[in-house]
Amino acid sequence: MAGKTLYDKLWDDHLVQQRDDGSALIYIDLQLLHEVTSPQAFEGLRLAGRKPWRISASLATPDHNVPTTKHERISGVDGIEDPVSKIQVTTLDENCNEFGITEFNMKDIRQGIVHVVGPEQGATLPGMTVVCGDSHTSTHGAFGALAHGIGTSEVEHVLATQCLVQKKSRNMLVRVDGELSPWVSAKDVVLAIIGAIGTAGGTGYAIEFGGTGIQSLSMEGRMTVCNMAIEAGARVGLIAVDDTTIEYVKNRPYAPKGEHWDMAVAAWQDLVSDKDAQFDEVVVIKSEDIKPQVTWGTSPEMVIAIDEAIPRAEDQVDPVKKEGYARAWKYMGLEGKTTLADVTLDRVFIGSCTNSRIEDLRIAAQVVKGRKVASSLKQAIVVPGSGLVKAQAEKEGLHEIFEAAGLEWREPGCSMCLAMNADKLGNGEHCASTSNRNFEGRQGFGGRTHLVSPAMAAAAAIAGHFVDVSEFVKH
Amino acid sequence: MRPFTKHTGLAAPLDLANIDTDMIIPKQFLKSIKRTGFGKNLFDELRYEDEGQPDQSCEGRPLRHDFVLNQSRYAGASVLLARQNFGCGSSREHAPWALDDYGFRSIIAPSFADIFYNNCFKNGLLPIVLDAEDVDQLFAEVDAQEGAQIDVDLENQTVTSPSGAKFEFSVDQFRKHCLLNGLDDIGLTLQQEESIRRYEDKRMNAAPWLFLSREQ
Repeated sequence: MAGKTLYDKLWDDHLVQQRDDGSALIYIDLQLLHEVTSPQAFEGLRLAGRKPWRISASLATPDHNVPTTKHERISGVDGIEDPVSKIQVTTLDENCNEFGITEFNMKDIRQGIVHVVGPEQGATLPGMTVVCGDSHTSTHGAFGALAHGIGTSEVEHVLATQCLVQKKSRNMLVRVDGELSPWVSAKDVVLAIIGAIGTAGGTGYAIEFGGTGIQSLSMEGRMTVCNMAIEAGARVGLIAVDDTTIEYVKNRPYAPKGEHWDMAVAAWQDLVSDKDAQFDEVVVIKSEDIKPQVTWGTSPEMVIAIDEAIPRAEDQVDPVKKEGYARAWKYMGLEGKTTLADVTLDRVFIGSCTNSRIEDLRIAAQVVKGRKVASSLKQAIVVPGSGLVKAQAEKEGLHEIFEAAGLEWREPGCSMCLAMNADKLGNGEHCASTSNRNFEGRQGFGGRTHLVSPAMAAAAAIAGHFVDVSEFVKH
Repeated sequence: MRPFTKHTGLAAPLDLANIDTDMIIPKQFLKSIKRTGFGKNLFDELRYEDEGQPDQSCEGRPLRHDFVLNQSRYAGASVLLARQNFGCGSSREHAPWALDDYGFRSIIAPSFADIFYNNCFKNGLLPIVLDAEDVDQLFAEVDAQEGAQIDVDLENQTVTSPSGAKFEFSVDQFRKHCLLNGLDDIGLTLQQEESIRRYEDKRMNAAPWLFLSREQ
């Protein structure tokens, strides 16, 4: 019999009941909650007179529509100026109080984007199943955890039963072989992967990312890669556990301690795919082929290396692609442009669950240090992923570097990634963004998003247009 | 949950691949803490010229006349014909809530994104995957004849085109059972309480660190 993949092992470890029709009941170790996709789930519990199955398996924090400006944040939830947002954040506070769920509220330094907070606290651990009413829950797969986004009905289901009805996905291995070039980051790797397999390439699969190009990444880089598995259509992204994983988890507040730690570390050694494991699909990408990436269109698969020409609709053979490209060209206002260096930027956003961790901020600061944001820009903002990331950055003086260069230093939250708070693009504005989606209207009505790495966003902020950061830093 | 057994209704063809959930229901409407009332903002940016706001009336807002749901022949449509990778992106269940609230009962496409597909079943909305050629034929038939209706039969797992062509589709038996009977998923799972407890006991022995209570 062939060996098991990491996904197979995680699945088997959490199987409560296998049904004849292929569906199964799987156990959930951790549910992360935020204000947008949980209110209807709590309401459902209340209406049915149900209680959460196990409150210690949940952790909550508001993130999607919290404001990021100091003046709004100073008085916590009371300071939120948008009344609709305020109701949602207040509702999360009330629900967590009522049901006894641990919440890092707006006044807690541990508050932040759920996918930054979970790992930062050691709430996310290798070998767990992790769910959240947010598609970027795939992030936690970086720890060798089976993690995926769910809808609100499922949030309620997990709260009430600690289980989910699931059907097993197929196994895909995406192997990135070889050493990455300087200034090529985890973000460039995952954008290149999405460019290669497409936004539906991973649909129905759990993707394990492997190979030396992945193994050499830090935990934060690995989170960036797994975060965007969903942009390739895969609900689950996974990376095998190794020493890097264990080192990162060690001594985090919620990580096991003492005897439990030793037991856990011993168990985690098995969280790798067996050598003879069979994958349904294998994709191999060479690290040396990956250059800094920029999306040009309205889907993450519409991505090119910075030195490439923007692909034209008329050159596409597939009629669906042709139409999609034509629509994207129009929406993005690319007429008359050849490369992305020709696009004049209006705003720059460094943040989101993809790229708002300390290493992201360090590299962005390194690029802008001693330089000035282009005068043509309307705004450049840096939004740390959590209160603790913010504190660490300030300890290192990164905020001063950003502010001296003309970037705004904000309070933690999802911010301009999905523009549910006041941080958004105006109609027709182009933004270099370290977030994860460039869909029409994602960052604001009519807004035009270009997804890039933190280093590329920082260089673009200085230049006012896209440049190859590896060249840019030489000058 | 409202059961789904059979449905015959006017079909609207949305001829665009990769419709994401941001298109289905833009983020500003996710601030609601209710499950209802999203229908008037379904496809808001495709449907209206201006930027919609939560709690705003949509009467009198400028319409994008080229959008399929704004054409009078598709008023009252309850079956949505769509293209590949429908529902990609965010996990927001507000997307199926909006489709349902607008009046759609079934969506037919060559492929769906996983989370969206899953979310539909929780809301009495039936997503149907058919071969791309079959979807092409449905698009052509619906386009050719005003008022064309499509028949969806979950029990027999068939879709019947306006001209009478029948296409079979597959669906997980458990999901089908729940949808046909309008069963509450949570109630069903709670019937397995003993199995869940047994699993927890076993797991608690093997991985006790997963069951520690959380200090505030």
